[in-house]
Amino acid sequence: MFRKILISVACCAIFANGALAAETINPEQDFKEFRQFFQSKFPQVKLEDFVNGPYSVDEGLRKQWIEKEEFPPYDFALEKGKELMAKPFANGKTIADCFPNKGIGIRQDYPYFDAKEGQVITLELAVNRCLEQNGEKPFSYTGDDMASVTAYMAFTSRGKPFDIKIPNDPRALAAYEHGKQYFYQRRGQLNFSCASCHVQSPGELIRSERLAPALGILNAMPIYRSEWGGMGTISRRFTSCNSQVRGVPLKPQDAEYRDVEYYLSYMANGLPIVGPGSRP
Amino acid sequence: MASSIRVRATASGETTEVQALIQHPMDSGFVKNSKGELIPPHHIETVQFETGGKVVFTALWGPAVSKDPYVKFSFKGGKKGDDLKISWVDNKGASDSMTAKIQ
Repeated sequence: MFRKILISVACCAIFANGALAAETINPEQDFKEFRQFFQSKFPQVKLEDFVNGPYSVDEGLRKQWIEKEEFPPYDFALEKGKELMAKPFANGKTIADCFPNKGIGIRQDYPYFDAKEGQVITLELAVNRCLEQNGEKPFSYTGDDMASVTAYMAFTSRGKPFDIKIPNDPRALAAYEHGKQYFYQRRGQLNFSCASCHVQSPGELIRSERLAPALGILNAMPIYRSEWGGMGTISRRFTSCNSQVRGVPLKPQDAEYRDVEYYLSYMANGLPIVGPGSRP
Repeated sequence: MASSIRVRATASGETTEVQALIQHPMDSGFVKNSKGELIPPHHIETVQFETGGKVVFTALWGPAVSKDPYVKFSFKGGKKGDDLKISWVDNKGASDSMTAKIQ
């Protein structure tokens, strides 16, 4: 009898916890705290400068970058992206036709929560859906074509602040919370979370590389990485980060990755799009 | 097809500063693909910049130069509006060239 009571008490406690967790999903509060954290960690960095990643916290790298930007390595990708967007499919339509305002100046509105489907739609996913709906072969999420198209879209959106909305829908809040949890969850043989590097240690060196702050980390995507010798999409960045901590990456554009993108983009609300970027 | 060369040349005072970016895989011949086979060497061998019928810069490049190489140099002379011709030839005999105006 006594044992039975104990079990039921324990059950109640679990339920109570569950209810509490649901109530504490508070993106506005997270947003404030996240921003405060980075601003007090780097009081010398201007808020809009965080989008420049490692350059916001390393003066030497910054000088090299400014010189590099005179002749940026993503130049060829921009041209290719512009061409791909205007290239007619077999049915005569183009990628540009699938997007509001022909895909120009819209980067800051992605990812968004689609109420009909109940899931997060990223720009990369939207590009491939466009191709598939028109009977074309989708791009590789980690490949050059996807990077070029998203680079051109980002380029035409430069200066526009991220405008990510979390509608008052339990599914949207759940997606946000999922993304946040994934971001702080340790994984891989090295037992690193995304946050271990990009919240705990931005500005520090990991081998020879300067870690970027998580605040505004997606604003410069896609990026030309000299280390990769080419362009990389958000999908490429997420999957390779997971491999680097010796974890098994998810499939590109897996629902969980899209949730992470949703979380991080929301945290960067109000900060300008500066993509495509170049990184060492 | 779009040109594989991007160039910007600016004249100021006696000198002209030239920056150029060339799109090229620059395979060294020492790297293997995912199947373990060597990727054959494929890299630019010579790059030349000419203006006013005179060669102002020649570079002999080899396998050690990075993919999509960038070059920056300056030379004495050159006026606004002059033509600057850039050309490259690679080890497979492919080539490209373009002419830009000095700004």
